[in-house]
Amino acid sequence: MLAEFEDSARPLAGGQSLVPLLNFRLSRPEFLIDLNGLPELSDIVDRGDHIAIGAMTRERSIENSDLVRSKAPLLHEATTHIAHLPIRSRGTIGGSLANADPAAEYPAVALALEFEMVVQSVRGERRIKAADFFEDVLTTALQPDELLIEIHVPKIPSNSGWAFVEIARRHGDFALAGVAAQITLEKSSLKDAKLAVCGAGSTAIRLTDAEEIILRDGIGDDAINAAAAAAAAAVDPMSDLHASAAHRQRLTGVMTSRALKKAAARIGSLA
Amino acid sequence: MTASRKITLTLNGESVSGEAPARMLLVDYLRDVLDKTGTHVGCEHGVCGACTVIVDGFAARSCLMFAAQADGAEVRTVEGLADQDGLHPLQKLFSEHRALQCGFCTPGMLMTAIDLVESSESLNEEEIRVGMSAALCRCTGYEGIINAVKAYAEQVHGKPPENRGGNV
Repeated sequence: MLAEFEDSARPLAGGQSLVPLLNFRLSRPEFLIDLNGLPELSDIVDRGDHIAIGAMTRERSIENSDLVRSKAPLLHEATTHIAHLPIRSRGTIGGSLANADPAAEYPAVALALEFEMVVQSVRGERRIKAADFFEDVLTTALQPDELLIEIHVPKIPSNSGWAFVEIARRHGDFALAGVAAQITLEKSSLKDAKLAVCGAGSTAIRLTDAEEIILRDGIGDDAINAAAAAAAAAVDPMSDLHASAAHRQRLTGVMTSRALKKAAARIGSLA
Repeated sequence: MTASRKITLTLNGESVSGEAPARMLLVDYLRDVLDKTGTHVGCEHGVCGACTVIVDGFAARSCLMFAAQADGAEVRTVEGLADQDGLHPLQKLFSEHRALQCGFCTPGMLMTAIDLVESSESLNEEEIRVGMSAALCRCTGYEGIINAVKAYAEQVHGKPPENRGGNV
């Protein structure tokens, strides 16, 4: 159907971002293709090294999933920061990722954990890595005839810690800055560090410089401070009515530091 | 798009059928077609919570759903709370704790609180405050609402919500 209607149709997932735009007549697609009648797109399945989540899985189902809580706790924690309960009742993971709001939580987790997006069209199926998926504000690598159908979430390795922290003026608002962190130890040294920020640019951003610093220098206070400074230096946010660019940049550093400390404290806490 | 959809939904336990224009929001269908005006229209973009109803067991914004999407669903609105014996226990607590003034937000507050409390086995005060931040009130300053919901959580869970204290 997307192929048939080309640009005149929009897929409707949970509708928690699209319907407000429709209500204000800011978006006027000729047709909406409601995906809510596709229960086969809302499963959370254990696939060994990753969890496969159907694109129409509600945020609330993700929040309540024991599998997600135990094997992708960063995704669980990020979900609790999304808006409010009645929004999470309807909002979906596929809708949030495909919408690619730079301040939304899921794109940052997708970049940090290196989600793989399974995308389908009448031309066939392809997989897009999170790093190649988010292109600009509300813009992804999805073609107009393509639909995001499934998301592959890598499981957390043993001996890891994680944290999603964000700051917003009121609980449930979009973050002024939010950071997703997951770090993994091997013996006593860091084997892996994954960091990404939302709210600080035109897309969520992977914080590779900060990752390199803690991989090299560990997770002592000095290294965390250096990583936080590198994170702040890596982003180039816009000023808007919620916060100035300089404030968002500073918050990126503060959130990076808080996320790393919280993640470090959680290492080994998973059964 | 002017097409209409035939829909059947269960509203507060009763099956209702009718035609809904494809573009009509659920909240407008409830109010303008079914004459259930207890559910209020506030911001129309999912922020204020006045239009919150319970759809298939979960609180949801009826301004962010089309009526056609409620086909086959079980919808609970504020009209379904009181029964022949009187007000719902949460409504009584709202009255006792002075949890409303003008009443505009109250239907959304009630439906939000019912989902929040009934979908969990226990809640502390912080969780209640965070959960109830899903709906806005411009009169009360919230304390009465929080106290009413705490009292309801105590009734449902059989124990008072733990008070974590401090600022949330």
